[in-house]
Amino acid sequence: MITVNGLRKRFGPTTALDGMTFTVRPGQVTGFVGPNGAGKSTTMRIVLGLDAADAGEALVDGHPYRALRNPLRHVGALLDASALGPGRSARNHLLWLAHSQGLGTHRVDEVLHEAGLTAVAARRAGGFSLGMRQRLGVAAALLGDPPTLLLDEPFNGMDPEGIIWMRGFTRALAAEGRAVLVSSHLMSQLEDIADRVVVVGRGKVIADASVSELLATVSDGRVTVRSAAADTAAAVLADGGGSVAATGDGALVVAGLSAETVAGLLSRHAVPFSELAAHRATLEDAYLELTQEAVDYRATIPGEAR
Amino acid sequence: MTGATNVTGLADVTAFANTLRAEWTKFRTVRGWVLATVAGAVLIVVFGLQPGMQGSCGKNGPGSECRPPVGPGGEEVTDSFTFFHQALTGDGSVTARVTGLTGQLSGGGPDRPRQGVVPWAKAGLLVKAGTGQGSTYAAVMLTGGHGARLQYDYTHDLAGAPGAVPRLVPGVVPGGGTRNEPRWLRLSRSGDTVTGAESADGVRWTTIGTARLAGLPATAQVGLFVTSPQYTEEVHDGLASGAMGGPSLATGTFDHLTTGDGWTGTAWQPDVIGVRGDGPATGAESLERTGDVVRLTGSGDIAPEVAGAGGLGVSISQTLVGTFAGLIVAAVVGCVFVTAEYRRGLVRTTFLASPGRARVLAAKAAVVGGTMFVTGLVAAAVVVVLGQRVLRSNGVYVHPAPTSTEIRVIVGTAAVLALGAVLALGLGALLRRGVTAVTAAVVLIVLPYLLAMTVLPADAARWLLRVSPAAAFAVQQAAPEYPQVESLYTPVDGYFPLAPWAGFAVLAGWAAVALTAAAVVLRRRDA
Repeated sequence: MITVNGLRKRFGPTTALDGMTFTVRPGQVTGFVGPNGAGKSTTMRIVLGLDAADAGEALVDGHPYRALRNPLRHVGALLDASALGPGRSARNHLLWLAHSQGLGTHRVDEVLHEAGLTAVAARRAGGFSLGMRQRLGVAAALLGDPPTLLLDEPFNGMDPEGIIWMRGFTRALAAEGRAVLVSSHLMSQLEDIADRVVVVGRGKVIADASVSELLATVSDGRVTVRSAAADTAAAVLADGGGSVAATGDGALVVAGLSAETVAGLLSRHAVPFSELAAHRATLEDAYLELTQEAVDYRATIPGEAR
Repeated sequence: MTGATNVTGLADVTAFANTLRAEWTKFRTVRGWVLATVAGAVLIVVFGLQPGMQGSCGKNGPGSECRPPVGPGGEEVTDSFTFFHQALTGDGSVTARVTGLTGQLSGGGPDRPRQGVVPWAKAGLLVKAGTGQGSTYAAVMLTGGHGARLQYDYTHDLAGAPGAVPRLVPGVVPGGGTRNEPRWLRLSRSGDTVTGAESADGVRWTTIGTARLAGLPATAQVGLFVTSPQYTEEVHDGLASGAMGGPSLATGTFDHLTTGDGWTGTAWQPDVIGVRGDGPATGAESLERTGDVVRLTGSGDIAPEVAGAGGLGVSISQTLVGTFAGLIVAAVVGCVFVTAEYRRGLVRTTFLASPGRARVLAAKAAVVGGTMFVTGLVAAAVVVVLGQRVLRSNGVYVHPAPTSTEIRVIVGTAAVLALGAVLALGLGALLRRGVTAVTAAVVLIVLPYLLAMTVLPADAARWLLRVSPAAAFAVQQAAPEYPQVESLYTPVDGYFPLAPWAGFAVLAGWAAVALTAAAVVLRRRDA
């Protein structure tokens, strides 16, 4: 469990974080998404005690990271997969990390297996591809069997097979009851794995909502309906509270009503219709819409930052 | 979950132990660092064992072995002088007046010796167990430049009242003026206690000091003596510096030689004790006696034998000439142990695992310092023991050092390597960039030593070896410096301006400052 509350950080004239506030809860994958430079990595570094915030606090299980004994048993983090000694073998890289937490070689062998690195454990980590380094980073994050995981851009440099593995892996971690924060600058990568999404821009949270809530706001209830009696249908739907626009050739675009309501109204009034399609927005649409207005955005989305 | 804020001493100890173990695992799993550490030790040994220095001891057939006499304290001594003496038994006193002290130096060409009295030319009264070299003695004397003294058993030296005799300018005295102010000297024996006194008029006496000579037999040789040691001068010619010198002669003029207080006898005999047989002064020793006036001419010294260019042979420090190479390696490894992490960003992983940054720094210092200490200890022990053999087999006289000194030199050398690496580690953490940090560390730690040992004038060298981290090389000084023996006490000859552990403390101070600064900066800096 991670609680980030009112983090502020400046690098010279640049405001990196401007009141960043959100929570990462157990049993969920929380997507942490925003354009490059939005403050995702800075937030993660502050949570992990690497950088100091100018104001605000970031707590792991209720404590600042630097106060944790054996912190890797509380939080596993994958930050920069290339941050390793190139001369050390994968196994030795994990071994010193294990020793730092009072863990032994047994645990090292376990996480090597979990990350699918057993066969290359004795090879120099400096010779690894980026995808293999990501796996090594994941193994390092799992070393302390932590209840919380922070994965910064875990899909970077991975081949399709690796991405599928990483997605399944992330879901499985949350299913085990762990709190998982996955950052990405591409919303599409989070579409199928995140339960909840924290969208950030310019150092603060733009939206903090479940995936379905986020989709609902963007898809906005627009429904396309095609009817032989287009005029009657338009009248019925307008009476029912929708705003209706005709697009010609018998098609109507209805806003303000769900697809189910549209179907119910037309059926009750015996208006024939041949096609009814809810306009389904993607998470990507929602994200683009949100981040385009990042500067002055004042959302009405539940759970949004103050 | 374990308690996160349960800060107890035991938890701190455990946390440090875990960090220490992690850092040790890190160190030993990089093959380059392990190989470099071993290579540093090998360099120290190779430098010490290579046959770079040659000598003539034992190289020219029987009789050419260098076996200086050994004094009562077990130290090698010089014991050469002209002696006008007789055997006297029991307690008593002997008195004489010194009316002149003149001398000659070699160096002006064989035909034209320069006139001059060296500061430690000696003329006075001597009581000695026998005429054998190295036997116990006490002597009261006038010197060329250091006034009246009481010296005994080679290493002890007591000064008379300051100003009793005009103190001449230290160094070689040009002109070698005859003294116009006669001084009276007296030596009194009571059991194994010998007292020296001086007087301007032979009436009012001033005691210079008392010597207790445990090994003085009931019948001892008593009489007048004159001797004059080798003189040495430091020579600086542009960037080249060196030393020149040679034997010197002194002539003391005495009168009023009398015995009393129990000693009686007038059977004075001239003798030349311990002619080394290799100096131009040989054969110049002489005795002239005209009525009451005795003129003795002598060359040599009654003093401890010192190592170095101005003395005989070398000390065991010579075997450790390769320490600088090991120190370069230690500095590089110390720097890289931290800068390599900055280069790859690994330092962030390190601080994730151990958020206490001062703790990480301390663990790194312990690992790199401990490693360097152990390998340095092995290298120094090997090279000090074997290097002495190599030097001796090359004909170089090596002053044997007491075991305690050998241990101090060996352990001290290992500690210098350890702290050098720790200082470099601190610089690495401060500067972060490998090349910058390594350059800074080598310039700060090793370069002062190399400059002091090669091109720098002695004064600049001594100054550098007081203030720079290289002051710690003082732990390698094995031969003591004697103020009563004029010699070249230069770093090249194994003499350092600070006492061994004082010099070491300078390095320790540098390391402590660097490590503290690094800890403060690490705590404040975003990783």
